[in-house]
Amino acid sequence: MNEVILEVNNLGIDFCIEDRVIPAVDGVGFSLLKGETLGIVGESGCGKSVTALSIMRLLQMPPARISKGEILFKGENLLRKSDEEMRRIRGRDISMIFQEPMTSLNPVFTIGQQISEIFMQHQDLPKKEALSRSAEMLRMVRIPMPEKALKQYPHQLSGGMRQRVMIAMALACQPELVIADEPTTALDVTVEAQILDLIHELKDRINTAVIFISHDLGIVAEVADRVAVMYSGRIVEYGAVCTVFNEPKHPYTKGLLDAIPDIGMSRNKRLREIRGVVPYPDEIKNGCRFKTRCDYVRNKCISKEPPLLQLGTGLVRCWNCL
Amino acid sequence: MLKYIAKRIILMIPVLILMTLIVFAIFYFAPGDPVSRIAGPNVTQEVYESIQRKYGLDQPFIVQYHRFIRSVAEGDLGISILQHRPVIEMIKERLPVTLQIGLLGFVITFVIAVPAGVIAAVKKNTAFDYLCMSGTLLGIAIPTFWLGMLLLYVFAYKLRWFPISGDGSLRQLILPGFAIGLTNAAITARMVRSSMLDVLKQDYVRTARSKGLYEKAVVYRHALKNALIPIITLMGLRLGWILGGSVALEIIFSIPGLGRLMVDSILSRDFPVVQGAMMVLTSSIILANVLADILYAVVDPRIKYG
Repeated sequence: MNEVILEVNNLGIDFCIEDRVIPAVDGVGFSLLKGETLGIVGESGCGKSVTALSIMRLLQMPPARISKGEILFKGENLLRKSDEEMRRIRGRDISMIFQEPMTSLNPVFTIGQQISEIFMQHQDLPKKEALSRSAEMLRMVRIPMPEKALKQYPHQLSGGMRQRVMIAMALACQPELVIADEPTTALDVTVEAQILDLIHELKDRINTAVIFISHDLGIVAEVADRVAVMYSGRIVEYGAVCTVFNEPKHPYTKGLLDAIPDIGMSRNKRLREIRGVVPYPDEIKNGCRFKTRCDYVRNKCISKEPPLLQLGTGLVRCWNCL
Repeated sequence: MLKYIAKRIILMIPVLILMTLIVFAIFYFAPGDPVSRIAGPNVTQEVYESIQRKYGLDQPFIVQYHRFIRSVAEGDLGISILQHRPVIEMIKERLPVTLQIGLLGFVITFVIAVPAGVIAAVKKNTAFDYLCMSGTLLGIAIPTFWLGMLLLYVFAYKLRWFPISGDGSLRQLILPGFAIGLTNAAITARMVRSSMLDVLKQDYVRTARSKGLYEKAVVYRHALKNALIPIITLMGLRLGWILGGSVALEIIFSIPGLGRLMVDSILSRDFPVVQGAMMVLTSSIILANVLADILYAVVDPRIKYG
């Protein structure tokens, strides 16, 4: 079971906007075993979604540009694949659940049409069979009355139901890797819990690897085996989920954990936040990317960027931890 | 769905009635006396009044309108003053030609505009896009009648591929059809392009790609169906406009169509004919809009039926 499904090495993605070259992702690397769940955490604009889209090769290029690195899926570099080869992989071997269930489904096609076309495309099933398989998928994601739902349009379903449809679409061909890009961010809390349970259960059932992207550390702690914390286009901490959460090393990870409100917390105690805002990726030329917001900043942090180094069982990018 | 269509058609009736009122009022209040037109100059007061009575022109507006709308409901649009024939008969002779030109123009518009707009949007900022868009700019700037004259000069006079003057054949309708089609295609292609660009940015297009569908299916199925929704409304409006706008072309190509009939009748002050032709043209514009409404609901499931 220790087969490596996905290996991302030294990935760099630039956005070329007018004359500026903005490195949105810089030197990101991680690997994923079969059936494993990797959580990617970070604030908005830290490069999580860009990394995910680049694995699917769905980034708009231009303005985006892969500047370096490789993405190995079952040993083959996805960045070297032709568009046609990549198309065959998408939806069949790697699929994606998007953040916005409200806008991610096509408003003018029925749910049945939108799911069944995946079977027709990748498995050459005739329409009738594709539709009955679609109904099966809807049953699997626990949509009541699947046969009826097949004939419905997205606007007739609630947000939670639409996200279930998205999950059904993503899992249709039993892919080996599912990328869930903030799948519950747009949902309310009770629906969020249901969707998380569903993803967890189905992941085990079809034994797929999952990259789970979220800005919510709590959710990642629930679903992920390993976690990568990203900041300004870089991984700053990487390790097993329990290690990262119980003994966070990087000041940024510590800050994120401190910023989670605790229900037993005294009312008088102020919730700690990370001061400042995320800098633009091209704002900081040298030194540690986190130096503008770090409480432990030293001279070395300002002049020289720390490398991602092994510390215990995980990896950390901080001079203070060495 | 059937209920929706029925409702649209029922809602059309008050619009049609209002339209008859406006058309009737225009001719009632228009300068020029139809009685002296019929009777000619130098008639006695008695003759004048008897003609006035014969046509019911001595009655007040509301009585005249009532009579008018009753006969319209029975399919009677009055008698031509000049030709002494029922107006409805004259319109029946002329309408098919106008409809044929309009329909041909409409089909050409669609066949050119949709692929051009879609490809320009997909290949945004490439040579094809620039070529297309400058072409459409030219198309918008050229008036239909001038393009008609140009086509006539090149293809009928110089190359002799088509008859110069109307001979009633279908071949003769091709040039005016293109004149209408090309100018309308220009505006429509721009609309298709911008609508398509908007849709291609939508999340569901990315979803369609993430499913591993062919790029063709993504563009022509998932994106185009959405992009066509605003285009349908535009085309509905254009269809009416095309029918009304063929007046000048019918004169240039000397085609005996409805527009030609209307212009001739205006020049000879044959009021019943002008009135009848105007009613038919405006009705067709209203009908085109209702058709667009219905088509709109067929394409976009979010429109509430009922």
